[in-house]
Amino acid sequence: MSPSAEAPSTAPGGAAAASGEVLLEVRHLVKHFSVGGGFFGGPAGLVRAVDDVSFAIRRGETLGLVGESGCGKTTTGRCILQLERPTRGQVLFEGRDLTTVDPAELRTVRRRLQVIFQDPYSSLNPRMTVGQILAEPIAVHGIIPSARGRRERVRELLHRVGLLPQHADRYPHQLSGGQRQRVGIARALAVEPTLIVCDEPVSALDVSIQAQIINLLEDLQAELGLTYLFIAHDLAVVRHISDRVAVMYLGKIVEIADRVELYERPLHPYTRALLAAVPIPDPQVEATRARQVLGGEVPSPLNPPSGCVFHPRCPIAVERCRGEVPPLREIAPEHWAACLLA
Amino acid sequence: MATLLDVRNLQTHFLTGGGVVRAVDGVSWDVQEGETVALVGESGCGKSVTALSIMRLVAPPAGRIAGGQVLFKGRDLLTLSEEEMRHVRGREIGMVFQEPMTSLNPVLTIGRQLTEGLEIHLGMSPADARQRAEELLGLVGIPDPGRRLRQYPHQFSGGMRQRMMIAMALACNPSLVLADEPTTALDVTIQAQILELMKDLSRRLGVAMLIITHNLGVVARYADRVNVMYAGRIIERGTAHDIYHAPRHPYTLGLLRSVPRLDEPRRARLAPIEGQPPDLTRLPPGCAFAPRCAFRVERCAHEAPSLGPIGAAGHVSACWEAARLEREHEPVR
Repeated sequence: MSPSAEAPSTAPGGAAAASGEVLLEVRHLVKHFSVGGGFFGGPAGLVRAVDDVSFAIRRGETLGLVGESGCGKTTTGRCILQLERPTRGQVLFEGRDLTTVDPAELRTVRRRLQVIFQDPYSSLNPRMTVGQILAEPIAVHGIIPSARGRRERVRELLHRVGLLPQHADRYPHQLSGGQRQRVGIARALAVEPTLIVCDEPVSALDVSIQAQIINLLEDLQAELGLTYLFIAHDLAVVRHISDRVAVMYLGKIVEIADRVELYERPLHPYTRALLAAVPIPDPQVEATRARQVLGGEVPSPLNPPSGCVFHPRCPIAVERCRGEVPPLREIAPEHWAACLLA
Repeated sequence: MATLLDVRNLQTHFLTGGGVVRAVDGVSWDVQEGETVALVGESGCGKSVTALSIMRLVAPPAGRIAGGQVLFKGRDLLTLSEEEMRHVRGREIGMVFQEPMTSLNPVLTIGRQLTEGLEIHLGMSPADARQRAEELLGLVGIPDPGRRLRQYPHQFSGGMRQRMMIAMALACNPSLVLADEPTTALDVTIQAQILELMKDLSRRLGVAMLIITHNLGVVARYADRVNVMYAGRIIERGTAHDIYHAPRHPYTLGLLRSVPRLDEPRRARLAPIEGQPPDLTRLPPGCAFAPRCAFRVERCAHEAPSLGPIGAAGHVSACWEAARLEREHEPVR
């Protein structure tokens, strides 16, 4: 199942790719959760949340990771951040495997590996002022020893994310959703990271505010040379912000390619179905657009289908798809898809 | 076509620590028989409170309907007794909410939740109600209805639960279904299934629909007419074509421009609406959108514009500069 196992790099778009230094490489990542079999004696089962996922992110680029709920995109992000222990596989960040480094080293690595969560309200301490929230990681990591220096840095961070100096004295509940997400971004920036995992950073925000935050993330990337793993379910937002895009379904990457390639020439039937399902805010376009609604629902990752996990819903599946697991193959240059018929 | 629902100058207020919030501040709109109408806006704009007010489900003592009329088939729902109102809910007006799990009873079987309404509202015998429940599940595309009726909500997936909610909403042959963010909690492929199902059923059964949503994409395909709300008021109304192709309010235009679209070339930069959503306890004296508006003029700061006709018949906008918007506005890319 490993894509091009003999090639120098095991990840699509990895070190073998022509341009760019690889900052993060995920190799054969597996995360299983066991469920049931506990106190109430339900049947024990294994949720294959992430099932052999490999990809690489080059320094300075944005990789979009899209899929529907339960596809494993968030778990993949959490495994990269070491918020979950991967069951198997490697997470190589700046050349070091985070799954094997000791806790002290992990703490120093974390400075350069940050996260922005979907819901800024539940990820900010309600009893701390914005100033305290931002100063804490700077103090914990010993970046700026003096309190005065930290206050200066907090002011600079607030400015950087489009907030005012007086916001330092406010509490999270006194801010709007968009302002809270700006604080979440400032907190990630406080420790000078190189890679930020953005887990649905705009999906809890109002439409008119989403664009503000996306523009901010893009500006920060340009100014600070940041690298993003952008996890989201909104395909239009992902196309806007990403350089390359990976599509996940039931714990596996089914397609990964350059943004233009993926949206203009999607190869996997699931990617095509996803794109067809996105409503377009234009009645004329919608009236002429053939809607092919994908039937069925996402099967349980407790008991994924045999062969290609997408075959029960796939409009073009053939007999082979039931029995054979399609490997992620490079079908066009830098365009990988896991479909026997692609 | 006859007018089914006619909401006139509806006002719903909430008493909060910060003062009186005019969540719905004098809105008027209507739904014709068999028509699909959308109420679009962002969080806090009053769209959900409008729906709750129609059903008289605003929780006292904090919330109260302060004025207006809700004429349903000519009767003002705001003057009915609680007993009469119970008859309207569920029987004459069906409801579909965003979170089916919180609106279904977790300890009753799917079958019981469907048959209860049929027995109470339509006086059906348990056997007849059961038969009708099976039909309803089939109607909303739930396979193997006989077995499904014996199951509990937690045994249904999110999409199946929403189908179940639609079945419940349609159970007593209502003439109107209120759907508050019916697909927001669902994945995009399931969302497409549910919207197609709702539109199909509305056509086949002739049911009028009021869809409340924040997602402009969702209603483009399904709504006949669209009302855009901001800070408790309707700021623009028109046919779906008017709203999407000839928006005449800066807020509507801003909403359309701020979202990236898959059918267009990628833009280098998104065009957000600047500023923050309004604080309803401290609204500016003039137009509530003025602080964020790119078209604002002196007058907007102290005089609130009311809805006035612009362009095509039935197209109305509450903006002093609507005419300028028409001249300067290029078609939304």
